[in-house]
Amino acid sequence: MKDRDEIAQALAASGYIADSELATAIALMQRLRRPLLLEGEAGVGKTEVAKALASVHATELIRLQCYEGLDQSSALYEWNYQRQLLAIEAHRGHADTIEDQIFSEKYLLERPLLSAIRRGKPPVLLIDEIDRADDEFEAFLLELLSDFQVSIPELGTIKAVSIPHVVLTSNGTRELSDALRRRCLYHYVDYPDVEREARIIMARINGASASLSLQIARMVECIRKEELRKVPGVAETLDWAAALVGLDVRDLHEAPETVHETLMCLLKTQEDKVRISREVSERILGKVA
Amino acid sequence: MSCCGATPDFEGMDEVSRLVSGKLAAFLRTLRDNGFAIGLAEGQDAASLMASGYAAKPGLLRSAFKHLFSARRSDWQKFDGLFDAFWLGKRVRSRSLAMGSTKAANNPSLKSMQDGAQPGGSQSAGDQVPSSEDAPSSRGGEGRMEGASRAENLAEVDFRKLADPARIAQAHEAAAQLARIMRTRLTRRDLARRRGYRLDLRRTIHRNISHGGVPISLVKRQRKEKPLRLIVLLDASGSMSMYTSVFLSFIHGVLDEFREAEAFLFHTRLAHVSGAMKEKDAARALDRLSLLAQGAGGGTKIGESLQTFNRWHAARVIHSRSVVMIVSDGYETGDAALLGREMAALAKRCRRIVWLNPMMAWEGYAPEAKGIKAALPHIDLYAPANTLKSLTALEPYLARL
Repeated sequence: MKDRDEIAQALAASGYIADSELATAIALMQRLRRPLLLEGEAGVGKTEVAKALASVHATELIRLQCYEGLDQSSALYEWNYQRQLLAIEAHRGHADTIEDQIFSEKYLLERPLLSAIRRGKPPVLLIDEIDRADDEFEAFLLELLSDFQVSIPELGTIKAVSIPHVVLTSNGTRELSDALRRRCLYHYVDYPDVEREARIIMARINGASASLSLQIARMVECIRKEELRKVPGVAETLDWAAALVGLDVRDLHEAPETVHETLMCLLKTQEDKVRISREVSERILGKVA
Repeated sequence: MSCCGATPDFEGMDEVSRLVSGKLAAFLRTLRDNGFAIGLAEGQDAASLMASGYAAKPGLLRSAFKHLFSARRSDWQKFDGLFDAFWLGKRVRSRSLAMGSTKAANNPSLKSMQDGAQPGGSQSAGDQVPSSEDAPSSRGGEGRMEGASRAENLAEVDFRKLADPARIAQAHEAAAQLARIMRTRLTRRDLARRRGYRLDLRRTIHRNISHGGVPISLVKRQRKEKPLRLIVLLDASGSMSMYTSVFLSFIHGVLDEFREAEAFLFHTRLAHVSGAMKEKDAARALDRLSLLAQGAGGGTKIGESLQTFNRWHAARVIHSRSVVMIVSDGYETGDAALLGREMAALAKRCRRIVWLNPMMAWEGYAPEAKGIKAALPHIDLYAPANTLKSLTALEPYLARL
């Protein structure tokens, strides 16, 4: 399929090194017009996919961060009450016209979901950490994602001007409904393999040489195999690589001290820190060619 | 960027030969049998994909179908094997679910369950001794061991035949009723206790715009209730075999009645069984479970199972109002120290840990097993649960949470 390779190249050009499966998913997303549900451990680059997608399409990224208690007024639309009140005060005595006036576009505050369906050029809509939102919101979202229209009681139904590219991410803190899962294309984002991670480091960190990137990627892969409470993700790898480059490390073997001291970029709990002691980090470093 | 965005063209179906669409339908059936949730829309999309050139290369088609049909990580992981087996004729190495249940009537470990289900059965609580001498030769010649052993018993145990149907129905009904009582009590008490009403200023202003902004009708806020979530971890090992059937019925009742409940089964591995248990029909639920419980009748690795739970499931299923209920006799054939560590980790996460031990009511029982000794310090309630009555006795405790 031609469009798949094109997508992979375009993603790479925007700084996201995708595996071929993800490129297929994005090609399918356009063909079938389905949202893409990304699952995976924290820090494997789920959110980055949406950002890269936006830059591939040269379009805007609209992000909705989900949290417990997220409701329609902060996700979809809200009336600008302060302005409405002001208008009422200013036009006191014209009661018959005022109502039409204050429930007009001018007083409507667009929230991410509404603004995503009203753009001329289809934007990328990122619904981040959908698992943190409540069940009720998920059901509402499902309706929006299938009809792409919103009804506002005071204004009427607003139809989508363009269908956005929807990307949902989930960390798995809650089980998502089967209906939502069925509606979406699914992609499990796994930790990248050594070669791809090295390419990611080179693409993202200025001044990271090919050999250093490969060393870092190998080391991180070994660390991931240790029994850790919090396995470092790609984001942590990039932090660590940036730290090493910033400290002028050219070769990990030349600076085992620095390597061990900067491991705090990767290890985020006390327990993990204790587990990767100086001896362990040296042993791992020894394995990295 | 070529944004084709074509809506699935159903005329494209003509291009797909009848043979291929028949094969596709069979593939969808295979996936559904393996627990994939696939609707009609997915089938149509799949057909249109095949018509539009994705079928040219197996690798490409596999990748496309994988995204389309998978809905969760477990689907994602087993998809490739299923696809290869179906389309490319390779053998599936993973133990994917076969259709239908197997004839397990002459399965010895099942036999022990049948016997054990009689009330007051005096069968010894199979121990972890891995000796094969006391394993009676199986009638079916399948050479499986009775009771617990270190070897993983891969028998497909048919839970439906645990006891006579009347008794199962009775137990199930009682358990379901019990679960219902627990649920209603919990909600009512909760509502009566929390009166954290706050004024919702924003909505009040909105509502009163028609009064010129004078707040006449007030909008209040109420704290959202999180219902208690019950997570049951059931030991389905050989030593528990005489109780497994009743507890499975209980879990089925609990999942039916609690809006939020999750169930796991463990023996030498941990299996998430909520999906299978949510089947309305108890007999069908138990039938599906028999597929999941392969290995029941082998040893018990409580520590390892808990480790799996803590690592892969805990973050998702446990929230601030969760009670974890472990039903096990505490006979650990693995590492008891590991069990202690994992119990400590679990205790940090959830509100209460209830450990139900059916053996506890036995005369002269003392928590001597290494496993239970390691776990005891982290348990909030350690109670017997050999009869439905003792289960009922738990209800006031859970209601207080």
